[in-house]
Amino acid sequence: MSWLFKMAWRDAKASRVRLVLFMASIVLGIAAVVSIQLFRDNLQDNIQQQSKSLMGADYLIDIDETPNERAQAIIDSLNPVATEVNFVSMIAFPKNGGTKLVRVRGLEGAFPIYGKMKTQPELASSTYQDDQGALVDATLMLQYNIEPGDSIKVGELTLPIIGSLNSLPGSSAVMSSVAPPVVIPFGLVPDTELLQFGSRKEYQYYYKADATTDLIQLEKVLEPMLDAEKADLDTHTSTSRRLGRRYENMGKFLNLVAFIALLLGCVGIASSVHIYIREKLKHIAVLKCLGASRRQSFLIYLIQIAGIGIIGGCIGGLIGIGIQESFPYILQEFLPFEVSISITAQPVIMGIVLGFLMAVLFALLSLLNTWYVSPLQALRISDTSNSNKPKVARFAVFGAIVLFLFLFSYWLLEHIPYAIAFVIGMLITFAILAGVATLIMKLIKLWFPKSLGYTTRQSLLNLYRPNNQTLVLIVAIGLGTFLISTLYFTKDILLAKTEVGSGAQSANIIMLDVQPEQGEAISNTIAGNDLEVIDNIPLVTMRIHSVKGMEANEVQQDTTIRMRRWVFNHEFRTTYRDSLIASEEILEGEWVSEVSAGEVVPISISDNVAEDAQVTIGDKIVFNVQGVLMETVVGSIRMVDWGQLQLNFSVVFPKGVLEKAPQFNVLTTNAPNEASSARLQQAVVKDFPNVTIIDLRQVYTIVEDILSKVTWIINFMAFFSILTGIIVLIGSVRTSKYQRIKESVLLRTLGAQNKQILKISALEYLLLGLVGSLVGIVLALISAMLLALFVFNEPFVPSVIPFVVFLPIISLLVLGIGLSNISGVLNSSPLEVLRREV
Amino acid sequence: MSKILKINGLEKTYTSGNKQLTVLHNISFDVEQGQTFSIVGPSGSGKTTLLGLCAGLDAPNSGSVELCGHDLNTLNEDQRAQLRNREVGFIFQNFQLLPTLTALENVSVPLELQGAKHAAKRSMELLDQVGLADRFHHYPSQLSGGEQQRVALARAFSNSPSILFADEPTGNLDEETGEKVIKLLFDLNKASNTTLVIVSHDLDLANRTQQILRLKGGQILTNQPTAAH
Repeated sequence: MSWLFKMAWRDAKASRVRLVLFMASIVLGIAAVVSIQLFRDNLQDNIQQQSKSLMGADYLIDIDETPNERAQAIIDSLNPVATEVNFVSMIAFPKNGGTKLVRVRGLEGAFPIYGKMKTQPELASSTYQDDQGALVDATLMLQYNIEPGDSIKVGELTLPIIGSLNSLPGSSAVMSSVAPPVVIPFGLVPDTELLQFGSRKEYQYYYKADATTDLIQLEKVLEPMLDAEKADLDTHTSTSRRLGRRYENMGKFLNLVAFIALLLGCVGIASSVHIYIREKLKHIAVLKCLGASRRQSFLIYLIQIAGIGIIGGCIGGLIGIGIQESFPYILQEFLPFEVSISITAQPVIMGIVLGFLMAVLFALLSLLNTWYVSPLQALRISDTSNSNKPKVARFAVFGAIVLFLFLFSYWLLEHIPYAIAFVIGMLITFAILAGVATLIMKLIKLWFPKSLGYTTRQSLLNLYRPNNQTLVLIVAIGLGTFLISTLYFTKDILLAKTEVGSGAQSANIIMLDVQPEQGEAISNTIAGNDLEVIDNIPLVTMRIHSVKGMEANEVQQDTTIRMRRWVFNHEFRTTYRDSLIASEEILEGEWVSEVSAGEVVPISISDNVAEDAQVTIGDKIVFNVQGVLMETVVGSIRMVDWGQLQLNFSVVFPKGVLEKAPQFNVLTTNAPNEASSARLQQAVVKDFPNVTIIDLRQVYTIVEDILSKVTWIINFMAFFSILTGIIVLIGSVRTSKYQRIKESVLLRTLGAQNKQILKISALEYLLLGLVGSLVGIVLALISAMLLALFVFNEPFVPSVIPFVVFLPIISLLVLGIGLSNISGVLNSSPLEVLRREV
Repeated sequence: MSKILKINGLEKTYTSGNKQLTVLHNISFDVEQGQTFSIVGPSGSGKTTLLGLCAGLDAPNSGSVELCGHDLNTLNEDQRAQLRNREVGFIFQNFQLLPTLTALENVSVPLELQGAKHAAKRSMELLDQVGLADRFHHYPSQLSGGEQQRVALARAFSNSPSILFADEPTGNLDEETGEKVIKLLFDLNKASNTTLVIVSHDLDLANRTQQILRLKGGQILTNQPTAAH
């Protein structure tokens, strides 16, 4: 055995230049996979941290009334870190007599556990409890010209305003609320005398979970118990789910990038090993003549390749960590978030395992040839008797490769159908590229242009004669280009999506409570501030009276019904319109745009309401529209992207039903900066004191923050992998150097001039580059279309960049490397080249 | 004298497209232990194919090859390789040194395959005998054709073979170098009492062996002793 290692080492030492190229594919592939994995984990932690910040805790329990003994026992057993009671109430500013409907939040304990309560002055967030004062929404203070130090009257309690509240975890509910927040110490709530028996209030208990707690499991266990006590459990994971499809898609994209990076490495390995082993077959024949067994000669190269895989994997893992580590230093100015680095052995181990598997599996098909090579080759006899190599071994290796790809993609995606689809997609791509290469060889042979000049004919002959590299290079170039272009197209799909909502025409100021008769005047005020009304949405509030004929108390009594209780308690703010908006997509049923009086009212509900209310298409829901019962049926179920910066609704009515119901309107506009927002707010509050204004720029700070990260990550990872792909591609074509050098030297010896040798190589490589990259891009276009349709659920508008940039650049790159491969022949004597290179 | 190589009714055909091409037809002969033997004939007469069959590099379509008392037909690929490693030495027309190994490492390969303990020492001695001790760390590409063939000679004798097959040993060398290599080959052969089977189209070289087998069109023309006998 030690002799095998010795031979593997001796051979590797002398073939180091070729093996460096081979190892480069592994190193780059692994470095990309490791850094992407680490980066993804880091980002997920970061975003998870922010989703915790949205809530302020890992999870919370909320209950709409003072908890009974059983509920209190559950609440206390979990050891809450902070407690809150909140309710909607009118407040007054004694300074100017202004009044306003606000959400009063009485807080005690260490809230928020995650995130920050941002106040002005900064210290106010930590002193308001001791100072027995209030923190008031910054926009509200701006509207009413209130300063810290002024006082606020909440019910019977008047207390000083310690500071303005810029952001507060747990305020995401503002999106659906009409009331800006006012924070007061929990202990002062009774003094307001606003919480009488029967008054609407909500208690919230905030918890911190330890690292090992499975929140989904916790939710499963506690939910039924809490439901029985009319309480609810909400976890930060469900909050982050509400961030919408973009967040989900980013995760999918990063998985795709890791998958592609690894595949690029595999392409590099397969192509370089194929040519490397082909050159070694003669040596193996000699070894067999000298008495080496098939097993020995096979093992020498297997050990060599496995060793390179392990070393490459180790280096790749370390580089991956290095890339990850260098981010905070190199990119500090550009990174939109902090990256915390933790060094563990896990990425290096992963790199080594992946490197080993990649190297061995993708080299195995070529390595099998060492088993079957005849010792007769050493005697100048080309042996054909072994051409029927056992198909079983080849199929076994092929099966192992497919299994590896499947397991790797499943490890990344955790989704069996996606993993199968990815692997099948790769196989189809491979088959098409191999088919195109074979077809091209056949076509050239069939219609060989005999009348062309010698150099052109020689180039074309090189494409299909023995010792050709057409199949290997077209497959390598094609797969490389395919993967690079797929990434580019996919990146575009996701970034196009991210741009929606962040453009100039997205609403960032929402005005609620606009009475129908005030609409025109407020529109004029908006126009007077050089702004545009983006939406004018009617809003009708209602509650659910019964679902499928069952009222709340019946549902409560029947423990077999899994309907969520909040459905009956919630005040739905609904709208009516005749079309879907950009953030919506019909999942089931049909969208009905308008109905006539007397017809059954088909409504459209969001998927989460359908799930929690346990309803499907055709089920009856009766609403209580401010005292009037209205019967409806579920006409359609929509998926709503709640992450979109626009007003979304759980329940949407068709036109022709709610027009005469008591309603108010929501007007939206886009204020480009804080100054114009303040100007508009002051103008509206002055003339229309009943109107509530929400500045979405504050509310959505966290969401926008996440989206900017998504954009950055998508761009960075796409270009990093594209760069990896190009380097692997260079490696693959560079390996073909040894294929053509003998022919070039022979031609040189026979008197060929530099120009002729260059022409022969140039045409061959240009054709290979053009065909490979063109087929790769076309296949990428199809795959990106399928990804957009089935994985990302986004529209696909193909970019021309791969056609106008990638195609010529890759073709020229292949041409350039091809020509550089023979540059040694042009500058040195034939004998010198043979001694040096062959 | 015992027979080290017994060939009986050997047939070899190759398939080229749809055609069967008979390369060797009904070949039978014996080689005595310690004998020097040459196979001559024009190009395409089947010399190299016959050498490959004799050394167990290929299997015949019919007939038998008995090498060092082993019927090659009864051995599988790996058993034949083992036999070669133990009993056979090779010299090739184009030297066939492993380009990734140094001269010393090339010579050591057959011994290392046997698991011999002092492979390097024995290889150095052989390199010394062929006059290349000072070039032991050179790669084949750093050696001239004659030097490469001398390294190949050292390698061929490194496992102290019972029989040595040489395929056109001077085919790639100039006359002067070729002469030196042949002298060295015969000297080493004599010193180690190895059976020598040479394939060549060079009659002068063949006449230096004790027996000449003439081939034409895959058939034996004559099998006669020479004056050297």
